[in-house]
Amino acid sequence: MAVKKRNKTKKRRWTKDDTELTLISLPTVIWFALFSYLPMFGIIIAFKNYKLSPGHGFLYNLVHSEWAGWSNFTYFFKSNAFWMLLRNTILYNLVFIALGAVVAVGLALMLSNLRNKLASKAYQTMLFFPYFMSWVVISYIVYAVLTPEKGYMNSIIAALGGTKIMWYQEAKYWPYILTFLRIWKGMGYGMVIYLATITGIDPSLYEAAVMDGATKWQQMKHITMPCIKPVLIMMLILDAGKIFYSDFGLFYQATGGIPASLYSVASTFDTYIYKAIQSSAPIGKTAAASFFQSVCCCVTILFTNWVVKKIDEDSAIM
Amino acid sequence: MAAKVKKKEINQIKKSTNVFFNIIFIALSALCIFPIVFVFSISVSSEESIQKNGYRLIPEEFSSAAYQFLWNERGTILHATFMSILVTALGILLSVLLTTTMGYVVSRNSYKLKGFYTWVIFIPMIFNGGMLASYVVNANILHLRNTIWALILPLAVSSFNIVMCKTFFKTTIPDSIVESAKIDGAGQLRIFAQIILPISKPIIATIALFAAFGYWNDWFQASLYISDSNLQTLQSLLNNMQSNIEYIANNPYGGLSLQQYKASMPTESVRMAIAIVIVVPIACVYPFFQKYFISGLTIGSVKG
Repeated sequence: MAVKKRNKTKKRRWTKDDTELTLISLPTVIWFALFSYLPMFGIIIAFKNYKLSPGHGFLYNLVHSEWAGWSNFTYFFKSNAFWMLLRNTILYNLVFIALGAVVAVGLALMLSNLRNKLASKAYQTMLFFPYFMSWVVISYIVYAVLTPEKGYMNSIIAALGGTKIMWYQEAKYWPYILTFLRIWKGMGYGMVIYLATITGIDPSLYEAAVMDGATKWQQMKHITMPCIKPVLIMMLILDAGKIFYSDFGLFYQATGGIPASLYSVASTFDTYIYKAIQSSAPIGKTAAASFFQSVCCCVTILFTNWVVKKIDEDSAIM
Repeated sequence: MAAKVKKKEINQIKKSTNVFFNIIFIALSALCIFPIVFVFSISVSSEESIQKNGYRLIPEEFSSAAYQFLWNERGTILHATFMSILVTALGILLSVLLTTTMGYVVSRNSYKLKGFYTWVIFIPMIFNGGMLASYVVNANILHLRNTIWALILPLAVSSFNIVMCKTFFKTTIPDSIVESAKIDGAGQLRIFAQIILPISKPIIATIALFAAFGYWNDWFQASLYISDSNLQTLQSLLNNMQSNIEYIANNPYGGLSLQQYKASMPTESVRMAIAIVIVVPIACVYPFFQKYFISGLTIGSVKG
């Protein structure tokens, strides 16, 4: 007994097994180093006045550019765009998260109660379909519906005797259009996750409830909802952690590349950074915007997880 | 038996509620399927009827001009299709290899670096360098611009998939299998390739599927890194056509000048025809693989 214990506490030596496992995992570790960790050092760019001197590589230029202190950040915070970007990114995300969760949970509850299981399979397949289309393809659908001269929407409006609407020039409609598209594309995905949780619930719980005379509504309230709560909370944490990110394709593609008329309703941090990369904006200033976004994301993930831990220890992810 | 049926009957929603729910789902299903039907009907409308009536659900005059045009430009289209398939195939291969190997390694409790690796995988889940830093690294340090690797490498691994894979290995593969293979003198690589992989088909299918849709639908990487038209995938072709519809009109025939040819192009229907070319493979494939997709989503949402 004593010998066994000593063996356990003794530090394990590096074995042949460890070498082999290290070799097997080496490619992935290299991938992480290059594509995940190397960009983390990219924050240096945000503190530099990056200057291009021809004939030299990127790293040479970076090292020989002068330090900018926090000036790139203050420039970004003081620019007109900043508050608009912050408002758009966060408000859209809040609406998407809340509405998305309600729709997904609602649909999952309804679908799980359908009498005809074959029909429910069919609905599931069809509702999942938009999820598999890229935003580029969806942008063509949006174009077919909204293009002012020939689009379906204006044909319907004209047929009903209304005046045609220049959809791509009217900013006021777009918060609704974008929200609709987002919910439409994501509802199948969300529904499937909650549906899987509901099907995983032990049927004996319901049987016992029926014995006790519980109604369908009571069963839902006291059995189904508590059972999907952990999944719901986890999905909310994951979504909340991405609150400073936006679905780039949605905002950029669905609006047709964000025309000037829609700039103030469809711009988010991601579209701002993307446009800056495509144009010849100073790289240091763009890096500051990009880095700000990353840090905010990290903080929100840690914060939401902390809050969840306070409320319900078991549901936290870390 | 009779009692069982009766009990089932008791615990079902009312007939009227059932009908109501069904109506909602039929409406939603239509909302999900019809848009692509609209797009298809535009692609088979004749250009004149579009000019006259706008887009219609049932075209006044059918025409295969758009598809004929695409056939005439098949050099571009087929090349883009080939690139899409190549990128998707290589992407799946790389993604599955990198994810399963790492997943297996961190699922081994006895592995010395397990703690370190867990952090390596975990940190990118909460922090990353941001879009610009990734762009700079890929374009200026790794020099991936205008290479096929720019479309493949950045998307190959996700921490989420590795955790999913680890959870799978932990829950479905008993340690005793690995231990007994070790006693028989097999190395870890051999254990992984000959024992673990063959019994891990569900997780491989799931990861392959996630990767397949990710790569097939990707246009973002291409829009950042690819300007060489030889490396265009279908998605980036479609993306480029959005700003410049004449982008693909390059092979005039029948004595037309390039200018005339471009002017004669059925622009509206060609746009939609390419969208159909991209969506049809997905629409045909995904109902069959949905099962794996869903199982992947649910494994992933189990706390790992």
